[in-house]
Amino acid sequence: MKSIVLEVPDWVGHRAGQHVDVRLTAEDGYQAQRSYSIASAPEDADLVLTVERLEDGEVSTYLVDELRVGDELELRGPIGGYFVWEEAQGGPLLLVAGGSGIVPLRAILRHRAAAKSSVPARLVYSSRSLEDVIYRNELAGLEAEVTLTLTRVWPDDWSGRRGRVDTALLQEVAWTPAERPLTYVCGPTGFVEAVAESLVSLGHEPARIKTERFGPTGR
Amino acid sequence: MSFVSRGFKGRRREGGDSSRVPPGQYLTDDFPVLSAGPTPHTPLDQWTFTLRGAVDEPRSWTWEEFRALPSETVTVDIHCVTKWSKLDTTWTGVPVATLLDGVETSADYVLAFSDGGYTTNLPLEDVADGRAWVAFEYGAEPLDPEHGGPARLLVPHLYFWKSAKWVRGLELREDDKQGFWEMYGYHNYGDPWREQRYSGD
Repeated sequence: MKSIVLEVPDWVGHRAGQHVDVRLTAEDGYQAQRSYSIASAPEDADLVLTVERLEDGEVSTYLVDELRVGDELELRGPIGGYFVWEEAQGGPLLLVAGGSGIVPLRAILRHRAAAKSSVPARLVYSSRSLEDVIYRNELAGLEAEVTLTLTRVWPDDWSGRRGRVDTALLQEVAWTPAERPLTYVCGPTGFVEAVAESLVSLGHEPARIKTERFGPTGR
Repeated sequence: MSFVSRGFKGRRREGGDSSRVPPGQYLTDDFPVLSAGPTPHTPLDQWTFTLRGAVDEPRSWTWEEFRALPSETVTVDIHCVTKWSKLDTTWTGVPVATLLDGVETSADYVLAFSDGGYTTNLPLEDVADGRAWVAFEYGAEPLDPEHGGPARLLVPHLYFWKSAKWVRGLELREDDKQGFWEMYGYHNYGDPWREQRYSGD
């Protein structure tokens, strides 16, 4: 994954959770566009995108492998009014991230910190391996209760959690339904589907669960 | 000379598909799921499809009644506003025109409504003239809940957020009322060929 810091003239500002559309144009006019969540908070000085390099990605491989400091990018945004959180919405907040789904949730936590919000927040972050975890130190410092779980490989001396985010884990670390959290789940579609189902099965209100799904389903 | 991304080559698809791919889209063989919120699960014995609003009387079908209506199988290309397009998808469903048959209305618009609270708005003519179905099968299999089952609206000539998953009915309206994504900044009509993704496009 790579974080790209952008200077955007006339940037109008954004809300935590929104994304931008990036458009690339080749010399013969061929174009490709993709959406990327904004990793920075509205209060941050710079606009930051954190991009996961997909092996067969047309745009992500360019952004991670080729893009250099000083290059220009065509951007459209900010986009999206649904998967956003603003401090005034309250909480408590439950954020559940699978892999690169951490990106918009990190923006939400940074906004919460910048706004000096007292809304309690819990983050559950699932990653394939420790190498794939991003923002680790930063997340530890953002005054949220963070549960990290590694699903594929872990260090021999790993004393943290292992395995997927399942109903049992959520029952243990998430807010209770009676606490009526505002929940944001982001990641690959299979992950989001499973987590949303788990939360509903535990009694959480579907209308208070917001989902953002990336990537393919495989079927 | 318009903007060029230094060093970008892109990956062009071989063959004659390009005329079927709207501007800004890429082809996928996959079938992504991008719902807002958890997947609802309404038991079939509680499922109904209702026409209401600017009609003399509401009309409603149970699942059995709905499945007894004449249906057809169509192969269409679908285009999501998140940039993916999927060609030659096969669906079986009841044409919306069949559901509207005999309905007298002064409505010009419909607001489709779904389990879980999702809504989307369309001009009545876009669903009444043979370009829309209430689909219950995808690829000859019952439609998966993740993809909108037991039944979803299918309107392939518009961006796929207009093809409301878990659809439970249409509200016929004389005035246009924005649905879920339309209220969140997406285009009111959503023609992929004019790249009408967001409001103002």
